[in-house]
Amino acid sequence: MKEYLLKFPEAWQFDVGSAIDDAVKAFSRNHREALTFIKRGIITAISGINDLLAFIPWWVFIIAVALIGWRVSGKKRVGLIYAAMLFFVGSSGLWDHMLETLSIVTASVILSVVLGFPLGIVIALNKRAGKIIRPILDLMQTMPTFVYLVPAVILFSTGKTPALMATTIYAIVPMIRLTSHGITHVDEEVVEAATAFGSTTIQALVKVQIPQALPTIMQGLNQTIMMAMSMVVTCSLIGANGLGMEILLATNRTEMGRALMPGICIVFVAIILDRLTQGLVDSQEAESK
Amino acid sequence: MNNDIIIRAEKVSKLYGKNKKEASELLKNGADKDTVYKKTGVTAALWDVSFEVKRGEIFAIIGLSGSGKSTIIRCFNLLNKPTSGKIYYEEKDIAQFNKQEILNYRRNKISMVFQNFGLMSHRTVLENIAYGLEVRNVPRAERVQRAKEMTAMVGLEGWEDKPISSLSGGMKQRVGLARALANDPEVLLMDEPFSALDPLVKRDMQFELLSIQSKLEKTVIFITHDINEAFKLGDTVAIMRDGKIIQIDTPENMSTHPADDYVRQFIDSADKTQVLSVKHVMVPPACLVKPKDMPSHAIREMANNDVSTAYVVNEKMQFLGIVSIDDAIRARDENLPLPTFINTDVLTCHEDTLISDVLSLAAKSRYPLAVLDNEKKLKGIISKAAVLASL
Ligand SMILES: Nc1ncnc2c1ncn2[C@@H]1O[C@H](COP(=O)(O)OP(=O)(O)O)[C@@H](O)[C@H]1O
Ligand SMILES: [Mg+2]
Repeated sequence: MKEYLLKFPEAWQFDVGSAIDDAVKAFSRNHREALTFIKRGIITAISGINDLLAFIPWWVFIIAVALIGWRVSGKKRVGLIYAAMLFFVGSSGLWDHMLETLSIVTASVILSVVLGFPLGIVIALNKRAGKIIRPILDLMQTMPTFVYLVPAVILFSTGKTPALMATTIYAIVPMIRLTSHGITHVDEEVVEAATAFGSTTIQALVKVQIPQALPTIMQGLNQTIMMAMSMVVTCSLIGANGLGMEILLATNRTEMGRALMPGICIVFVAIILDRLTQGLVDSQEAESK
Repeated sequence: MNNDIIIRAEKVSKLYGKNKKEASELLKNGADKDTVYKKTGVTAALWDVSFEVKRGEIFAIIGLSGSGKSTIIRCFNLLNKPTSGKIYYEEKDIAQFNKQEILNYRRNKISMVFQNFGLMSHRTVLENIAYGLEVRNVPRAERVQRAKEMTAMVGLEGWEDKPISSLSGGMKQRVGLARALANDPEVLLMDEPFSALDPLVKRDMQFELLSIQSKLEKTVIFITHDINEAFKLGDTVAIMRDGKIIQIDTPENMSTHPADDYVRQFIDSADKTQVLSVKHVMVPPACLVKPKDMPSHAIREMANNDVSTAYVVNEKMQFLGIVSIDDAIRARDENLPLPTFINTDVLTCHEDTLISDVLSLAAKSRYPLAVLDNEKKLKGIISKAAVLASL
């Protein structure tokens, strides 16, 4: 039996992986200054958000979340539960870590919206752009999340900047997808009416399609927030401080209890973020019925 | 200027599919829609459609689902582009419009009412009605003013700030109508606007449309699959089948002279009393007498025609009344002049009255109704039996 029938011939294997490595490394070497500039910008933005969050006294923060929770759900009990959850975070000594996590999440959600919303509209309006971008989105979503970490680290070393980058790449997908889905699925007759009354493309988009698609777009925002939240935990692997980092440290030291507390806090924060934005979605839907 | 042509379709065809050339060849040789689809995969939504719409008329287009009604009406405001053929608006070929001209045309000349209303659920009633004004940048105060007038015209005062979701179907279509009228267009395109409404609401809306139209004198192109609606509203009715126009005519002509069996079938399903006037079913009076005729002459006439009443008219054929054979005999026996016995207590109707409107009269009357024209001349008579037979 010839050996090449049993084992994939070595001569036919080519090393795409290391070629990409080299390319990314070269890129990072050649654009050191630009990358440093971006990095500084991102760090400034994230710490700005962090400062802003930290500026709010903890009790004001808790009361505000409780009130919003009450408003959105219409139930006092729900507001109280949210308050209790946040109180738990504080009493576990993880308040500052939570704020760090939240600031990366916030920054990446803002970035996702700023980039993803217009991109979603472009895909919806331009079939050819859609054909190119959709498969890329599929790829982005199915790729194991760890894969994003490496190029992010090569470009920006460790810390918050690569964390933000990796988080955004992962979390931007639902924003793009649901924006485009929302826009393309607006009732055809309504769009036709806009056209028939002499709207320009922009007028139809701004006055009719986007407002009509808003519930779906909000759904996208909700998913983006949740995905950013989950990715930010993974990002502790590349040195993003916050709740994820606490879990990572505790795991390395095999301290079950110390890992559990931040874990619970992450779940609480995720629940609160999800419910609050979901409430936003529901109120949008109710409005456009 | 009142009777000129505002919109004209000239040999308009619309084919959907790849193999259009081959399909056109087949169609030119007289193939029908089904055959063309089977052989080439092309849907001939419209083929060689030509007609003219006069300014100020309601032009009704009727046909079964899939006959191409929506396709043609959407060509008029360029939501569809014909595969071949031309559409003229006031003798301008609308396919030649550039982008800005298209916008201006849609904003000022032609607007549309949709089957499922096409309303924007994120806007209030007033904001919906003002939409067309908003996109053409009418200042806010002015468009609110105008939209309020329109709201009142369709009878929705008090609902201005309500969300669309709070309206019933009929009210939604009133909003659709007001929105279309707010632009003060020349032409109103209505694609089955009342099909989604229940019968009673539909009747209200038809009435509303007629009364608005008589006030504003807009040109209306009205699509329906309901022959009664087409006949009730249309000044002219075009009947479509498989992308072609079969007949264009007034409702009366169409119901009295259907072009073919297909049209006849359609019309048979119609409630003809809503279309036909009494002149279509009246018969000439069998026996006419003049006041100065001798009673014996009247008796002989009645006997010869085998009837028991005679219709009395003067020299100008104006209707005076009837005499029965019994009265004529009495007149002869007592040697009195015929006019003494004329019974003037006979129900009459105008020749253009719709049959539906004389149903109850005919049922009440002991004698056939006398049908008169504008000068009270006797044109014919119409019996209860004839009215009922026309149903
Ligand atoms: N976008 C389209 N693509 C392919 N076929 C179409 C399209 N629009 C309409 N048709 C076909 O054209 C024909 C006429 O449709 P339409 O004008 O909507 O009919 P109607 O309004 O009389 O019900 C139908 O056979 C329909 O299937
Ligand atoms: Mg239709």
